[in-house]
Parts: sequence; structure tokens; C-alpha cells
Amino acid sequence: MTPMDPAPLRRDLVRAASLAALAPALPVAAQPAAAPAAAPTLRVNGAVHDLAGLDPRTTLLDWLRERLDLTGAKKGCNEGACGACTVLLDGRRVNACLVLAATLDGRSVTTVEGLARADGTLHPVQQAFIDHDAFQCGYCTPGQVVSAVACITEGHAGSEAEIREWMSGNLCRCAAYPQITAAVQDAAARMARGEA
Amino acid sequence: MQPFTLARPASLEEATRLAAAGAMPLAGGTELLNWMRLGIAAPARLADISRLPGLDAIAPLPDGGLSLGALARLNDVAAHPAVRAGYPVLRQAIHKAASAQLRNLATIGGNLLQKTRCAYFRAEESLPCNRRAPGSGCAALHGLNERHAIFGWTEACVATQPSDPAVALAALDAVVVVAGPAGARRIPLGDLHLLPDAAGAAADTALRAGEIIVAIELPGPAPRSAYLKIRERESYEYALVSAAGALVLDGRTIRRARLALGSVAMKPWRLPAAEAALAGLSLDDTAALRAALEPAFAEARPLSHNGYKVPLARNAALRVIGMIAEGHAP
Repeated sequence: MTPMDPAPLRRDLVRAASLAALAPALPVAAQPAAAPAAAPTLRVNGAVHDLAGLDPRTTLLDWLRERLDLTGAKKGCNEGACGACTVLLDGRRVNACLVLAATLDGRSVTTVEGLARADGTLHPVQQAFIDHDAFQCGYCTPGQVVSAVACITEGHAGSEAEIREWMSGNLCRCAAYPQITAAVQDAAARMARGEA
Repeated sequence: MQPFTLARPASLEEATRLAAAGAMPLAGGTELLNWMRLGIAAPARLADISRLPGLDAIAPLPDGGLSLGALARLNDVAAHPAVRAGYPVLRQAIHKAASAQLRNLATIGGNLLQKTRCAYFRAEESLPCNRRAPGSGCAALHGLNERHAIFGWTEACVATQPSDPAVALAALDAVVVVAGPAGARRIPLGDLHLLPDAAGAAADTALRAGEIIVAIELPGPAPRSAYLKIRERESYEYALVSAAGALVLDGRTIRRARLALGSVAMKPWRLPAAEAALAGLSLDDTAALRAALEPAFAEARPLSHNGYKVPLARNAALRVIGMIAEGHAP
């Protein structure tokens, strides 16, 4: 791999990310802050990346998409309104468009690309979205899936009403909400049975 | 977004020094980043205070109250056992604010500093707004003002403060603790937000240059309290009107009432006369409760498109008392 040949770099990054991915749905432990002398780094789907030299304006979302080519998180509204950019930061769901990457030294991010197992087995939430046909155009789906993983692990998937309330930060302009709600309910049940 | 430099102060003292020199503190970032995108703010320097140690602690106070560290995330405040048990109005207000992922970023201190959602203020193009461009006028005064103020407005600004937690904290008589270049001071929540003045829009808050909110202190628990948020969508929407209530009861008799309305003024709107009139009334005497509330709304000054807010706010105040009476679950 050379700097002149970015395509293998992308593939290697994605592969490294999947190999290093932790068990799905487990919050990733916060990393201790790096020593002052150390270069700032951010762990994404298990792989450590350098944050040095970033324009401070770079959001986590732009950094994931433009630097790491992790384009699962989508830029919908870029103002925290749509949820399409939802990722897990130290295991908690956040809007990646509202976080400056340069502030994340020593922390861990999981994107939708980091949910499946290394052998390609989908996360139960991903499988449930397929089984319930829980998307139409698909644009909001990565954010919905990541948000649903957090919704379930937070314990906010106990009923249809609770899922609708705690998933309300993810808009679906195709209005696949009934199928999304069913998928989250199903995935929560599968995960409770230990099928994760 | 204008270019800026990013400082990461290692201490609160360093943060206030940076802020006094013009840096804008960055905590959750859910408001500040959008201000910079819209041009509402264009700081040359940000001071990232989001990881200052100790400022996210939630701890009991010696007088029986509770201290909320300013950097505590909204979801963490709502989930805290002491908030769950003692301050249901705050827990409910937080859970009805924003979305689950925004509440994982947004801090309880920063939430109080959010700016109005007035569409003219937030416009990407330049529209008359005294808060955006002093002296440019107020497009909402005779414009699309159905979501705007019915109390405390001037011709210079008819906007409202949108925070839900602020309304709950106002009803709880919370105190905001700030640190600044001249030391620490305490600001009652009711004095934090400023109403617009006659000439132009005043500053949003009473914070002075370089001051940073470090904690919000709650007096003793208010287990009989509730928050009612009325909006056009069931979830993830700003309030048309909201009401926070906290009661002290003796059986079915009100001993003490505290009420605050949201989205009706540029600050949470307490109802001191109504609160006094409610003391001694029975929760079951709806006519008397309504009569106690009525005078507060005679002072309302609706705009051309928001007359509906007057009965809506009055009914919300009445309903939140009913919710508390029914022991509405947090």
C-alpha cells in the first residue's frame, strides 16, 4: 500500500475495523486520555487513527466520511435534527455532525460499519431491519440501526410506545416507522434471548 | 463556519481566563456548532471545557438539595436516582427535550444558554432581527409570530426562550452557580434569562464576560411535581406552551404551589400571584383552581397570530396541577 494508491488503504481500514470490532451492542469502554506529549488519536471501530493536524472545524461526521471513507453515517441535515449521522461515542449514541473531531482525543467511536461480526454475521438489529423490511430509500437506515442498538442497550425498547419515543431523533422521510418499530422490538427480543 | 482555533483549558480558572479574553466555551456543542454555521456566532477561539474534571458531578448538598454539575449530560441528569425520586418535573422536562442522541451530548448548563428558535433569528439569509443585527427591527412583531411570546415582549423582540429544563428549574427555584474572572457568584434561575428591553434586544442572559456556569443547585426535593409539554408533534419538537408545577400537599389541600410556564416569554414565566392564590385550595375544586390562575392570564399580551397561547397556557397550568394530583408517573 502506498500513498499513491488510496483504494487498498480504504479496504484495509475497513477490514482492520471489522477484525477489531468488539461484540455487537457492547458499549466500548472510554479510553483514558492520552499523555500530553502523545499525538491525539481516536479509535474507530477498534482501529486507532491520528487526529493531529485537523482543521478544528472538522466534525466527527466529516472526518469519518472524508478521511476514513466510512460513509455509513449520512449527512442529512448537518444540524442535529435528522439523526442520519448517529454513531456511538464511548458506547453512547450521538449526532456526529455536532461533535468536533479534534475534541475527541483518546475516545472511541463505533459506526454502522463496526456493528457486524468479523465473519460478516450481521448485528441482530441489522438482521431485524432486513427481516422486517424496515427501510425504503435507505438513507436514514445506518443512523436508525446505530440508534436502535443504543436504544435497546439503554433499556428503552420495552414497548412500541417506548421505542417510538426513544427513536424519535431518527427521522425517516419515507415514513417506514411501523416497520422500524417492529424491527427494533424484534431485535430487542433476539438480543434478550442472547442471540447477539 | 468561520475558522477558529481550539484551546483545551486544563482547569476552570484557565477556562474563565480564556473566556474573558473572548473565547467561547464549548461543552456539548449542540447549539454552538449550529450558531457558527448560521453566523449567529463567529468566535475566533473556542475553549473546549467538555472534559474539565469534576464539573459533571451530581451530588447531594448539605441542606438536603442537589447540585448538578454544569457538564452533566441531560440524559445523565434525568437518569440520576436523586433526580428520579426527588425532582420528577426535571426528569420529565429533560425527557421531553430534544432527542436521545442530542441529550447524550447536551449539558444541563449549556441547555440553559440555548438561544431562541424564532425563525427570523435563525434564518440563513439576513432578515430584520434586533438580536442578530441590532437596530434592524423585529420581523416577527407583525410577521409569522404564532410561536412567539405572550408575556414580557417589547417591540424590539417578541421571541421566546425554548429550553424545557429551564422551565422545570424555574419552578424548582434552582440557583445557577457561575465562575468568572471576578470569582464565583450565584444567580437565581429566574434572574438568569433577560427579557428584551425597549430599545433593542438585551443580552440573552445575566452572565458577564468570562463567566461560565459550573453548577445548578436545587433546593430540597419536590417529589410532587410534573412537566406538561404541549406541541404539534408527540415527540422531538419544541413546545408551543409548557407548564412546570411543584406542589406541597396536605391530603388533597395545596399548601404550597410553584408554577412556571415555558415558550411564552424570553424566560421561564413564574406565576407568583396564582401560586399564592392556590395555597389552601382543594385539588378537587377545579373551579377554584381555575379562578386562582385566571388573573395571571389577564396580563397576557398576545401578538397577531398567537392568541391561542393564552387559553392554552392557562389550561396547561391547570392540567399540570391535575397531573401532580393524580401522581403522574415520571
